[in-house]
Amino acid sequence: MTEKKVLLNVQNLVLHFRTTRGAVQAVDGVDFELGYNDAVVVIGESGCGKSSLAKAILRLLPRNVQTYKGSVNIGGSDVMKLNEEEFRQNVRWVKISMVPQAAMNALNPVLRVGDQVAEPSMIHSGLDKKEAMRQAIKMFDLVGVPRDFAPRYAFELSGGMRQRVAIAMALVTTPELIILDEPTSALDVLTQANIFNVLKRIKHELGVSYILITHDISTSSELADRVAVMYAGQIVEVGRAGDFFPAPLHPYSQKLMASVPRLRADVEPDFIVGQPPSLFNPPTGCRFAARCPQRFDRCAEDPPTYDRGGERKVKCWLYA
Amino acid sequence: MKGLLNTFRELRRYPSALLGLLVILVLVGIAIFTVITIPYSEAIRLWQGGAGVWEEYPRLAPPAWFNLFYSKKVPETLFLRSAEGEATREVEVRSPETSIITLTYSFNYHYDEFPQELIVFFKPRYPTTTANPSLSFAAINWRTPDGREVSLGTLNLSPEVAVRFAQDATLVRKLKKFIPEGVVFTDKELQVGVAPEKVLFLDPNQATPTPLKGDYTLTIKVTTFEPGADVEANFVSYGKLYGLAGTDHYRRDLTLPLLWGTPVALSFGLLAAFGTTVATMVLAAISTWYGGVVDQIIQRVTQVNMVLPLLPILIMVGTFYSRSIWLMLGLVILLSIFGSGIMNFRAIFMQVKESAYIEAARSYGASNMRVVFRYLVPRIIPMLIPGLVTGIPAYVFLEAGLAFLGLGDPSLPTWGKVINDAQQMGALYNGQYYWVLEPAILLMITGLGFAMLGFALDRIFNPRLRGM
Amino acid sequence: MSVETEQLQSTLAAPGEKKNGTLLSIQDLHVWYELRRFGFGLAGYVRAVDGVTFDLGSSEAIAVVGESGCGKSSLMKTILGLVTPTKGNIVFDGQTINALGSRAMRSYRSNVGYIQQDPYGALPPFMTVQGILSEPLIINGIKNKAERAERIQKVLEEVKMHPVGDFLPKFPHMLSGGQQQRVVIARSMILEPRMLVADEPVSMLDASVRVEILRLLRGLQEKHHLAVIYITHDLSTVRYFSERIFVMYAGQVIEKAPVEAILRRAAHPYTHALLEATSDPEAANAAKFRDVPPGEPPSLVKPPEGCRFHPRCPHMIKDLCDVERPPEFEPEPRHQVSCWLCR
Repeated sequence: MTEKKVLLNVQNLVLHFRTTRGAVQAVDGVDFELGYNDAVVVIGESGCGKSSLAKAILRLLPRNVQTYKGSVNIGGSDVMKLNEEEFRQNVRWVKISMVPQAAMNALNPVLRVGDQVAEPSMIHSGLDKKEAMRQAIKMFDLVGVPRDFAPRYAFELSGGMRQRVAIAMALVTTPELIILDEPTSALDVLTQANIFNVLKRIKHELGVSYILITHDISTSSELADRVAVMYAGQIVEVGRAGDFFPAPLHPYSQKLMASVPRLRADVEPDFIVGQPPSLFNPPTGCRFAARCPQRFDRCAEDPPTYDRGGERKVKCWLYA
Repeated sequence: MKGLLNTFRELRRYPSALLGLLVILVLVGIAIFTVITIPYSEAIRLWQGGAGVWEEYPRLAPPAWFNLFYSKKVPETLFLRSAEGEATREVEVRSPETSIITLTYSFNYHYDEFPQELIVFFKPRYPTTTANPSLSFAAINWRTPDGREVSLGTLNLSPEVAVRFAQDATLVRKLKKFIPEGVVFTDKELQVGVAPEKVLFLDPNQATPTPLKGDYTLTIKVTTFEPGADVEANFVSYGKLYGLAGTDHYRRDLTLPLLWGTPVALSFGLLAAFGTTVATMVLAAISTWYGGVVDQIIQRVTQVNMVLPLLPILIMVGTFYSRSIWLMLGLVILLSIFGSGIMNFRAIFMQVKESAYIEAARSYGASNMRVVFRYLVPRIIPMLIPGLVTGIPAYVFLEAGLAFLGLGDPSLPTWGKVINDAQQMGALYNGQYYWVLEPAILLMITGLGFAMLGFALDRIFNPRLRGM
Repeated sequence: MSVETEQLQSTLAAPGEKKNGTLLSIQDLHVWYELRRFGFGLAGYVRAVDGVTFDLGSSEAIAVVGESGCGKSSLMKTILGLVTPTKGNIVFDGQTINALGSRAMRSYRSNVGYIQQDPYGALPPFMTVQGILSEPLIINGIKNKAERAERIQKVLEEVKMHPVGDFLPKFPHMLSGGQQQRVVIARSMILEPRMLVADEPVSMLDASVRVEILRLLRGLQEKHHLAVIYITHDLSTVRYFSERIFVMYAGQVIEKAPVEAILRRAAHPYTHALLEATSDPEAANAAKFRDVPPGEPPSLVKPPEGCRFHPRCPHMIKDLCDVERPPEFEPEPRHQVSCWLCR
């Protein structure tokens, strides 16, 4: 068993929001870890809390946070202890950066794209304008945006190009980890494939790690060394891609993978009856029990996470 | 209906909204109460005044409750009306044609200042059968609390005669002897003649003229010479204060326009706001949906209209044509419709127009009119409501402003008219602050009530503002 | 696998013979939008649909596949009667519909059901389910309340929303994504159409719900013998739902073939690229780069000369592909390709 160096170690991360209708328990006790040059894909459906997980790790919290606790260890030091300003200076975009959901729509319409990509390196790496632009152009090359696009505005670029600009913006301060939240959800198939090619190349050349958050199961395997499945605010299964995709363990993972139509295999896909539970008042006990075909009476109690060895973990009584 | 209940539940979270709602409900209550107790025609009649309507009221008198703030108690107006039994009546029949009717008015005077005026209004009644009836003969007597008596004169009662003691020069001279010793007046005052309303109330024990507090009696003895002749008389001691709201320069009780101003203001504001908003919205919807020539026309008309100034046009129409409030209301609505409201709604409709459900409606065959009224308009209505509520005070103030400029309907008792009168009579220079403040405060409260409710509604219906 | 057996049947049918009769015939359809320069003056045309011809049988399900900007939305809107074509004909059940008056259009529209991509946006947020489903009936003249209620009941049962009474008073925001889409489907079926046009009906739904809805649509199609045009960019769903696939690129249909033929023997390089770029979840994907043609779909205002895909095509033949537009070749029965490689 090679001792892999751990880049990110998240223990018992909790993020609850306060709303007029009660508390939303978006992230409810999540543990996972990530090595260097490692890519983890977090898959789950809408409303499982995966976007909130990204925000929780990067501390991009809205104003109505009720509970935020747990430990987030980056390269050995717990960054939860840092205050907001220290976190901003030392972690955000320095160690971890993010490509948010619909990033291509989040580009500032009144700034040229070259300036936008240069901006983080001016703020966080302290480079002057010329140096920052040079760095930005380097990033453009890396993501495959032609250099002469730098003086253009966001609306002059196509969706795929804008997404590449957003990725360049996340890369420009050479962080160790990039969190990608649904990076290709609004893009066409060919553009999607292109973007994944870009991400793979960056991983080879720069050695960054990724946390890829997506609900698109079909493309989830493109960038995954390891897989984490999220359901109702909790991670229910973790494993290496090579182990997980052929044979998922958790009943939810099994049904989820079975519900994906395959282009190359001739299988009749399945579906899951019912809906995910609301994050307002998650059920006690196993949260998937209501829809699980293999439930039994022990499932009325919340199962712990069982270690099956080989980096495989399952949160299910069937593996007790 | 359920939407309404939901809205109300949301409103409960905003205390300012509840306060605003309370204010509005109180105003509406006042409006309803006023319209029922003082019907429109009655209100107009009273407001126009004329003979006999307001003559018994003091002129420019502040409200009676001001006395609470004065150290010296200022007299309020006192009405004693025999017809309402406020005087004792004794009838002594001497002969078939002759009777002696004695009306006795008793009252307690407890103020620190003298009344403004003393007047007795006679309303003699003669049998209608006689062409030239013999006039009844009246004798008036006065008695102070400390038992001094004096005669105030005699007269023949022609119909509707009023005895103003201050204007009776003979009486003034006669009363010189009634002035108690020890009360000091200047020679000048004595020469001109001290007013009866002072003399009759003098406290004999005070050197500076002060009224004597206690029970006074006024006796009127009327001898009638016609069978069936009768008399009613009103004795009015004019105070310096009157009633709940005071009076104006025509002696009109200000509670009338203040009360009646409420339904006028509310209905003007509501009708104008509602009419403008609905019409604007429908026009914007039609303009956006049909596009093309229709859109161009409506837009151009709007742009031209936005340049035209509203108030000067209203002033012109009011000066040259008519000042009827309905005309003003109609004109305001018409000119306001083609304003920035259309542009705003149009912007929203342009977005909504592209919605998937509108496309679906067209795909199953909905006609243009149906799309506009069943699919576009309902989408907008939640956004309309806050704007409508906050818009009402604007129209209320517009009505008051028009009246203030002299363009209001002169026959209608409204808040703006009161301010207009006050301004023309120089109320603020003469210290008659109440005259201006009362309608102004009512206007402010109305504005505040609707504004508070409107802001809260805006926060409910436009969730993006909720965070603020 | 019912799809496979039907495939077999269709390949055995003689070429040119229309199965079950042709319901819809699209003949050389062109849809060009005018590009206005600041209000006045023409700056050119956006050639959204530039010469499309195909036939659809009366209980046939076809998939139209392509990326954004390929013209599939404009094609769909023209079929639905929401946009007037610039040139060409749309013939439905023998009647040319592109130049009909509004009354006849309404009759045509009641024959075509429309299922949209965004289930929440497709439903008016201020109407209840009952209101939403009543609208098409009222517009098409069904005045009897009892009759409307009966039809609403029937159609909700068809889309498996039980118990019907529970759902009638609900507003769209009270339903889940899957339920909303069922209401959209119900609405499209309520006028008893003969053809359905479904624009990416499941792409905005969660993975676990997609198959449920696709199965529902397939069941409805089989039960009512409907013709269905299923528009999507997700190739992996087409095999569960259609018999023939049409691939569109830059306003033209560049390949038409039964599903298995496309999946196993795709002829056009663009189709190849689409297949290559579509992933199945397999661990091996992380290690390989996908072969994707460079560049982006062309502008529809000034499309490339000749074959529109030639600037990106790895097999471009100089002086042929960039000069002349390829005609339709038929490398095997019922498989048409517009590519010079198949000459």
